[in-house]
Amino acid sequence: MKHSGKISFFAGFAVMLAVGWAGFPRLLYRGTPQPLSFSHKVHTGEKAGMKCEDCHVLRASGSFGGVPALESCAGCHAAPMTGTAPEKRLIDNYVTPNREIPWLIYSRQPDNVYFSHANHIRLAKLACKQCHGDHGDTDTLRPYQEDRVSGYSKDIWGSSISRISFGRGRRDGMRMDDCVSCHREHKVSDSCLACHK
Amino acid sequence: MSTTTAKNAKNARYGMVIDLDRCNGCGACMVACAVENNVPPAQAKATARTGITWMRVENVANGASFPEHRTAFIPIMCQQCGEETPCVSVCPQQAVEVDPKTGIVDQMPQRCLGCRYCMAACPYHARYFNWWDPEWPAGMEKALNPEVAPRMRGVVEKCNFCHGRYHAAKAKAAAAGRRDIDPADYQPACVEACPTRAIVFGDLDDRSSQAAQLAKSPDAFRLLPKLGTEPKIYYLTRRPWVREIASASSPAEVRRG
Repeated sequence: MKHSGKISFFAGFAVMLAVGWAGFPRLLYRGTPQPLSFSHKVHTGEKAGMKCEDCHVLRASGSFGGVPALESCAGCHAAPMTGTAPEKRLIDNYVTPNREIPWLIYSRQPDNVYFSHANHIRLAKLACKQCHGDHGDTDTLRPYQEDRVSGYSKDIWGSSISRISFGRGRRDGMRMDDCVSCHREHKVSDSCLACHK
Repeated sequence: MSTTTAKNAKNARYGMVIDLDRCNGCGACMVACAVENNVPPAQAKATARTGITWMRVENVANGASFPEHRTAFIPIMCQQCGEETPCVSVCPQQAVEVDPKTGIVDQMPQRCLGCRYCMAACPYHARYFNWWDPEWPAGMEKALNPEVAPRMRGVVEKCNFCHGRYHAAKAKAAAAGRRDIDPADYQPACVEACPTRAIVFGDLDDRSSQAAQLAKSPDAFRLLPKLGTEPKIYYLTRRPWVREIASASSPAEVRRG
């Protein structure tokens, strides 16, 4: 029984780690499914062959369209093209009654954050993937995860609660520190009002 | 260093020149400013000190009686001090800074703890404290400017040369692949609203800008220049008594109409 103290210490340590890393995120975030099943892969793949900017438009004024409005979908899907169940739901629930789809925006920032897609795409020449990961190649929309305390999307903090990222070439999370570290690295403006409004 | 400059637009030093002989005191600039910057209508109990007016038009008179009586109006907002900026040096939160790229004194209400030290330090009374949470009459919240975040009770705010418009001009230039903005795309709301075009806005370091040229006029002066804060708001007048009042170093010297 010489080591029982150590064993129970490490067992307790392991349990608390599991609670902190696996249990706590489940408690902290509330998952909500997206209103409609949408496959980016089908649209960007060989079949449709669309590019990100075909739907997520950058206007000449420099403003960014974000998630496209219903008319972008209705442009092709006014009548069934594929006959799949999600497409039927799109047409019956949204296109025919002309109702916008209440998408939940993964990367929505707090109201006082200013972010210009134009600056990052046209001047910094960042690829969409750099911040949004492989979202454009996914087949399903993962549930929107909202922080129960702050009300912000989990994507702002990053997928890992410990902030340890194993992704390559991509910054995990969209927190202020993530923006500032990249700005400092590239010696571009890091004044408060550069990114706040 | 060459890559550094390639990644940045050339630095600007934005400023304003306000022609007091053109200002007729209509207050359109104050209204345009409040609408642009999501400043809510004043509470009924608000006073000139507790209400929020990023831009306010002061009324002065020469003190003589009719027919020699004359009045003038002096629009006052944050003077965007470029040196020894008083609010920056006193802020315990580092919620204020002078942006080296624009010369604009940035106020970050979200970082402000509400101590109001900056308001005491500001020689121009250009800073305002939110004594109440913002409230808009029903329906008016739909007219809020999405480019400017509303502030909450307990923080200080002030003029930032309509920074949302600077962002928009930057984004427009970026969409066209340019780093430098078109000066015509960036004009604060008060400049646009002024019916007598009394306010001229531009880069004071750009010699070709009208603002830079007017600022060098012999009729141009700044408020409290002896403090050495190098404000970037210039005033113009050809009336000696107006200049005398506007240049007064103590409020006691100013006779308000």
